[in-house]
Amino acid sequence: MTVVDIGLPRRLVEFTLDGEQVAVPEGSTILSACKDMPTLCYGDTLEPANACRVCMVEVEGSRTLVPSCSRKVEPGMVVRTDTERTRHSRRMVLELLGSATDLSTTPQVAEWMAEVGADPTRFGPDAATVAQPAHVDNALYVRDYSKCILCYKCVDACGDQWQNTFAIAVAGRGFDSRISTEFSAPLPDSACVYCGNCIEVCPTGALSFRREYDKRAEGTWDESKQTATTTVCTFCGVGCNLTLHVQDNEIVKVTSPHDSSVTHGNLCIKGRFGWQHVQNT
Amino acid sequence: MDLRFLEAAPSTVEQDAIDAALDGTDCGRDQLLPALHAANDAVGWISEGALNHICRRLSVPPAEAYGVATFYSLFAMEERPRKVVHVCVDLACKVNGAEALAAAQTDYVVRSPCLGVCERAPAALAVEAGVGSEYLMPELPLPQKGDPSLRLLRRVGVVDPSSLDDYRAAGGYAALRNAFLLGPQDVIREVTEAKLMGRGGAAFPTGRKWAATAGQPERPHYLVCNADESEPGTFKDRVLMEGDPFAVIEAMTVAAYATGCTRGYLYIRGEYPQAFTRLQNAIDVARERGFLGTNIMGQPGFEFDIEIRRGAGAYICGEETAIFNSIEGFRGEPRSKPPFPVEKGLFGKPTVVNNVETLANVLLILTEGGQAYQKIGTAQSTGSKLFCVSGTVPRPGVYEVAFGTTLRELLDLAGGVEDLRAVLLGGAAGGFVRPDEIDLPLTMEDARAAGTTLGSGVVLVLDGTVDVGGFLLRIAEFFRDESCGQCVPCRIGTVRQEEALHRIVRREGDSQDLVLLRDVGRVMRDSSICGLGQTAWNAIESAIDRLGVQL
Repeated sequence: MTVVDIGLPRRLVEFTLDGEQVAVPEGSTILSACKDMPTLCYGDTLEPANACRVCMVEVEGSRTLVPSCSRKVEPGMVVRTDTERTRHSRRMVLELLGSATDLSTTPQVAEWMAEVGADPTRFGPDAATVAQPAHVDNALYVRDYSKCILCYKCVDACGDQWQNTFAIAVAGRGFDSRISTEFSAPLPDSACVYCGNCIEVCPTGALSFRREYDKRAEGTWDESKQTATTTVCTFCGVGCNLTLHVQDNEIVKVTSPHDSSVTHGNLCIKGRFGWQHVQNT
Repeated sequence: MDLRFLEAAPSTVEQDAIDAALDGTDCGRDQLLPALHAANDAVGWISEGALNHICRRLSVPPAEAYGVATFYSLFAMEERPRKVVHVCVDLACKVNGAEALAAAQTDYVVRSPCLGVCERAPAALAVEAGVGSEYLMPELPLPQKGDPSLRLLRRVGVVDPSSLDDYRAAGGYAALRNAFLLGPQDVIREVTEAKLMGRGGAAFPTGRKWAATAGQPERPHYLVCNADESEPGTFKDRVLMEGDPFAVIEAMTVAAYATGCTRGYLYIRGEYPQAFTRLQNAIDVARERGFLGTNIMGQPGFEFDIEIRRGAGAYICGEETAIFNSIEGFRGEPRSKPPFPVEKGLFGKPTVVNNVETLANVLLILTEGGQAYQKIGTAQSTGSKLFCVSGTVPRPGVYEVAFGTTLRELLDLAGGVEDLRAVLLGGAAGGFVRPDEIDLPLTMEDARAAGTTLGSGVVLVLDGTVDVGGFLLRIAEFFRDESCGQCVPCRIGTVRQEEALHRIVRREGDSQDLVLLRDVGRVMRDSSICGLGQTAWNAIESAIDRLGVQL
C-alpha cells in the first residue's frame, strides 16, 4: 500500500485571475492557478529560480510585472495574465532569448513565439550570441551551452535541492555568465557523479544523453517513433521508477516520473545510464 | 558534506594569507569573500591551489567558489602582473581625459568602471599584490570646507579621522547618548517625525523601515550599512567615510539600538582602500574604548559589534538583497522580493539596510530632535543632501545643500558652467536636465515631477565640448558589464541596448533601432528582477525624449 502524505489542511485564498474569482490553497503561487502559462526556468521538482521571466503577469498595485512561478497568492490580489503589457514582455523575453540562444530543441517555444509575434532576427546578424562548440567530454552526456538559457535548474538539481554533488555552478557575470565546473575543468575531472538529474530538468536540450545527441547529429532522432514505458529499476532495492524511451527497439534515454514518490524524477548513474546490457545480444 | 576538492595545492604565501584571514573566525561560507580577497591581495590573482585551500577551509564546493570568484571584477583568475593600475573610464573620467591617462601608464592597465573619485577625474587606483592600493591623484580639499552651514560634512577635513577623542570633542557620541535616554521606540519616533528618507537612491522612509524591522519577533536582527556606492558619478559616502569614520560607527550603533540588532555589517566597495583603512581603524578603536561590544557606553545589556566586508568590484552588490548574498558568500545576485529584507534579509533574518549618508542624518536627528530636523529642506524632502558634482565644472566635489536649493545655485557653488549642454541627475540610472530647466529645485518630489530622480545625488555636468553619443554609449556599456546575468531582460537586454546604440553612434543605425531600444527598454523596466535592469534604460530614454539627442 502506498502512503500518500496529504500534509496539513490549508485555508483557501481568494483572488481575481483574469476577471474571475479563484480560490487556491494558502501558500500557492499564481502559476498554480494559471492554465497554459509558458514557463522555462520553472521546474515542478525545484524551487522557483525566477530567472527566465517568461511567466510574468500583471498584479494590480505593483510597479513592475511579477513572476507568476514564485509570487504567492495573497487574498484580494487582482492578477491579469494576458494584457498588452504582459504580451509585450513575453514577446521581448522570447525575442531576446531566441536572439542569443539556439532554441531549436526547446519544446513549445516556437508556438509561444508565434502566439506573441516574437521575431528574434530583428536584432540583426551581428547580435552577440552564446554560440560555442558542444562539450563532448564523456560517454554519457553532452553539454551544448549554445542552447543554455541559464535557468539555474541543472545547478539546483546538482546542488542542495537534490543531488548534493555541487559539480557545476553559474560562473562569470552578465552576458558572460555560464554554467561551469571549477576552472572550466572537463566533467571527468570534476565532482560529477553522472546521475543525469541535470539532464532531467534541462528545459532546452542544452544537456542531453550522448545517444540522443549522436542520433540527432545523424538525423535519426525521431520522437514520434518513440514509446515510453515505466518500470522499476533492477539495480538495487530502492525501487526507483524508470521510464524507458525506446526507438526502433533500442533504449535511447531513461527518465523518471516527477510524481514518483521515490525519485521525484531523480536517478543515479546506474538507473539513468546503465541499460546498455539490455541491448547486448 | 562529502565534497570533492581539487589536487592543486596553494603556495606558502597563498596559504599563509588565507589562513591569516580566516584566523579566529568561525570559518563558514560567509568568510568566502574575505578569503578570496586574502589570496588575491597576496599574489594578485586566485590560483587553483588558493581556491582549493579556501574551499577545504570553508567546506565550499570548488565549482561554487569558482562561480563566486568569477562574479567579481577585482579578482583575477589568471596570473597577471603584480601591479595593476585601474584607470576609471566611466562618465566623469571619460569627459576628463581618462583614455589619455590610461595611455600614459607604464604599468599593466585595467579599464575600470567608476572608481568613485569623480571629483579628481580622471581617476586611477594602483593595486600591488602584497603591498596595497593607492590613488594616483593628489588629495583635494572639500570645496565647502569651513562653511558654518555644513551639517553632515561639518567634521570632514576638520577633525583627525583616526582620533576618537577628536571626534568626541567635535560632538561625537552625543547622539548615541541621547538615543539611550530616549529608548529604542522613541528613537524610531524621532526618525519618523524627521521624515528622513533613504539617501541611497530609492528614498524609502527610514522610520518605517526601522519600525518594521524592530517589530519582527524573529531573532537575531541584522544591520547592514550599505557603503557600496557604485553608481557612476557617486562619491559622497566615500567622502563621509574617509573624513568622518567614527560618525558611521556611531550612527550604525544608534540604528542597531533602535532596531534590536546585535551585529552589523559595513559593506564597503572594494575600490575604496582609504575609507576601508580608516573605518577598520575606527572600529578597532571604538571596540577598545567600549563604544562597540557589550554594555556600550555603560548602557546595560546593549551589545553590538560591526564587521567590515569589502566588496570586490560589482555594482550590483549595492542592491539591497544582492548585498546579502555577497556577505553570505554567494554570487551577488539580487533576490526576488517579497519577502522584503525587514522580514527575511541577511541569513534569512529581519535586516535593516541603510546607506551611509542616511545613517549620517540620524546623528543630526538625535542631537537636534526630529521636529527641528524636518524644518530644514521642504515639507516632503527634509534635511540637507549631499550632491556629487563632477564632469565639466570648475570646482567638482561633494556639496551639502538644503533640499530645495536649485540646481543653478548648486552649479554656481561649483564655479558655474559656461556653454552648459546638460546635467545628468541621479547617475547612470537617472535622467538628463536641460540648460533651460536648471532652476529645478533639488527635492525628491520636484525631480520626480521633472521626469528624473536625485538618485544617489549625482550631478554630472556636460558642457558643449562633450560627445553626448559617446557618453550614452558608455552608460550602455556600464549596464552591460554590471548586469549580474540572472534574469533574461537585463542579461540580454543590456547587450542589445548597447549594440543598437553602437550602430546609432557609428551612424549605421536606422529608425528601427529606436523602436528596438524602446522595446528592450520597456521589458527591462517591466520584467527585470531588480533596480539595475529596471533603470538601465532611464538615462538613454531621457537623452532621446528630453534632451532631443538626435539618434
